[in-house]
Amino acid sequence: MFVFTVKSLYKKLITLFFVSVISFLIIHLAPGEPSQINPLNPRFTKDDLERYRAAFDLDKPLHTQYLLFFKKLFTGNLKSFKDNQPVMGKITERFYNSLMLFIVGTILTWCLAFPVGIHAAIKRGFTFDRWTTFLSYALISLPGFFLAYVMIIFVVEVFNVPVLGMRTFGREGIGFPFTPMDKLWHLVLPSILEATAGIAILSRYVRSQMLEVIGQDYIRTAKAKGLTDDEVNYNHALKNALLPFVTMFGMLLPGLIGGSVIIESIFAWPGMGRMGYEAILARDFPIIITLNFFSAVLVLAGTFVSDLLYMFVDPRIKL
Amino acid sequence: MTRDEGRETRDLDFMPPERTPFQDFWMVFKKNGMAMAGLFILLIFFALAIIGIITTSGEKPLLDPHTVRLPDKLKPPLSKPTIDSVPKENLPYLGIYLLGTDELGRDTFTRMLQGAIVSLSVGFVAVGISIILGILVGGIAGFYGENMIKIGKYNIMTIDTLIVALIDIQLSFPTFFLILTVVALLPPSIWNIMAIIGITGWVGPARFVRADILSLREQEFILAAKSIGALDLRIILLHLLPNSIAPVLVSATIGIATAILTESALSFLGFGVPPPNATWGNILSDGKKYIFDAPWLTYIPGITILFTVLAFNLFGEGLRDTLNPKLRT
Repeated sequence: MFVFTVKSLYKKLITLFFVSVISFLIIHLAPGEPSQINPLNPRFTKDDLERYRAAFDLDKPLHTQYLLFFKKLFTGNLKSFKDNQPVMGKITERFYNSLMLFIVGTILTWCLAFPVGIHAAIKRGFTFDRWTTFLSYALISLPGFFLAYVMIIFVVEVFNVPVLGMRTFGREGIGFPFTPMDKLWHLVLPSILEATAGIAILSRYVRSQMLEVIGQDYIRTAKAKGLTDDEVNYNHALKNALLPFVTMFGMLLPGLIGGSVIIESIFAWPGMGRMGYEAILARDFPIIITLNFFSAVLVLAGTFVSDLLYMFVDPRIKL
Repeated sequence: MTRDEGRETRDLDFMPPERTPFQDFWMVFKKNGMAMAGLFILLIFFALAIIGIITTSGEKPLLDPHTVRLPDKLKPPLSKPTIDSVPKENLPYLGIYLLGTDELGRDTFTRMLQGAIVSLSVGFVAVGISIILGILVGGIAGFYGENMIKIGKYNIMTIDTLIVALIDIQLSFPTFFLILTVVALLPPSIWNIMAIIGITGWVGPARFVRADILSLREQEFILAAKSIGALDLRIILLHLLPNSIAPVLVSATIGIATAILTESALSFLGFGVPPPNATWGNILSDGKKYIFDAPWLTYIPGITILFTVLAFNLFGEGLRDTLNPKLRT
């Protein structure tokens, strides 16, 4: 067990190293340097350019740049190209906003996907199953941004309330019960949108897992000894079908960045995805690379946690 | 007498099966209602895309998607052009604006027709690239995986270890964010988008091919092929790949759906095909400024993308069910 943990950690670190090298190379080898971002600005003289390049280490060879970059990142000295603010500070600030959205979205996903999936599996082939199957395909195929605009049109036309941003403009300092309520309302639409595709995919997965377990011999035995349907379905089948979902707790983490770029941009939600989008537009390399690195850390940490959890939950796996 | 009987049964043994594999497949597939609906919608979209190429390209196209008619801007669907203020040669060919006009008075119907081929070809080219890469990498990992990579006389690692590590690395990247970054850094062009979506999508097919070849290569028919002296290339191309192609086909169909969604998301964020060429994502992106005045500019491309992607998904799932021998009844 201990050996497995160390070995897997070591492998993950190697992977992380290569991910950091590749993301660094992709961004630095692409045409267009950030120091030439505004060549038409007459105040940006050649001396300024040299000073700028020296300040951000852009005049050194690539491997030195790479080492300096990660040294600065870990000591907290990495500065953004755009406004010269520390990258870590900017990211932590945005991280909490994304986390809030992510937690609400995840709770929605899991609370809806499991009942729907289990019910569809138990009633296989009935109307409910057929409709949820079709609906989940439709939700997977729906472009998130299109759904976002349809919902914005609907909510604004019917309720006539603001939906963009984190709080209503001009309503600062309205007192205790209203500020959190305002924030909660602004959370509703983006988190529903972040959850939709997840609900569709997860409920399909729950259904197929349940179906596989229901076909097993021990379920037939449980039925044969006269247990009620509920006892068979929830005590015998569900417990075994839940096993793979332990691993999905780990797989959830990366959704924090990748899944939120579009939704956060549409709703003007100041989270990490939107920061990444803005950084790409401004060619703010430190932020792009750090976000990439951070997301790779989340993926690897997620798979690591899920490996450990799986070993913990399933006694059949011995290492 | 007995000899003749024997010959007769032997002849019967060597008769080809009554149905070809394709007929077999079709018998099962056509019972799947949703998959047939998907196929039907797909055929309609292919037809529309071809009509789109014929009618909107060339020097003097029948339906010109670039004609600007400022008096007729933001007209709702099915409205008639104002005959007095629009020059005669700029009137829509059909006599009405079937799907309305946008903020420059361009006909949305012709723009949608022009964009159809872009969306479909992005899907097919991107998935083609990822499948070729995936089969190559997965095939090498499956067939030559045990061979050592040597530097000098030191064994570094097996080829399989290397490829599995590559898969892990690719999976650690946030795919959409990576695609967005690279597309934004490179000059805007449709080919870049196709290539990047394709290059980042090789992992799925590679894993399927690797797993299948690992189990197939231990089977007797491969041993038989080896014993008659077949070359590696012949074994891989004629014996291994045809037997492991089914899951790749399924993942390709669903991959096309994903690629179309990714392209429209890129266009929506402003990194797609450069104007004035229309794509479905572009039309939606341009229309977002007018969502309350001209909601059709949002609904029409959105619903079209939904239907196309849904059709690919349903077709792919039907393919998966049909090709899976466990589920055949």
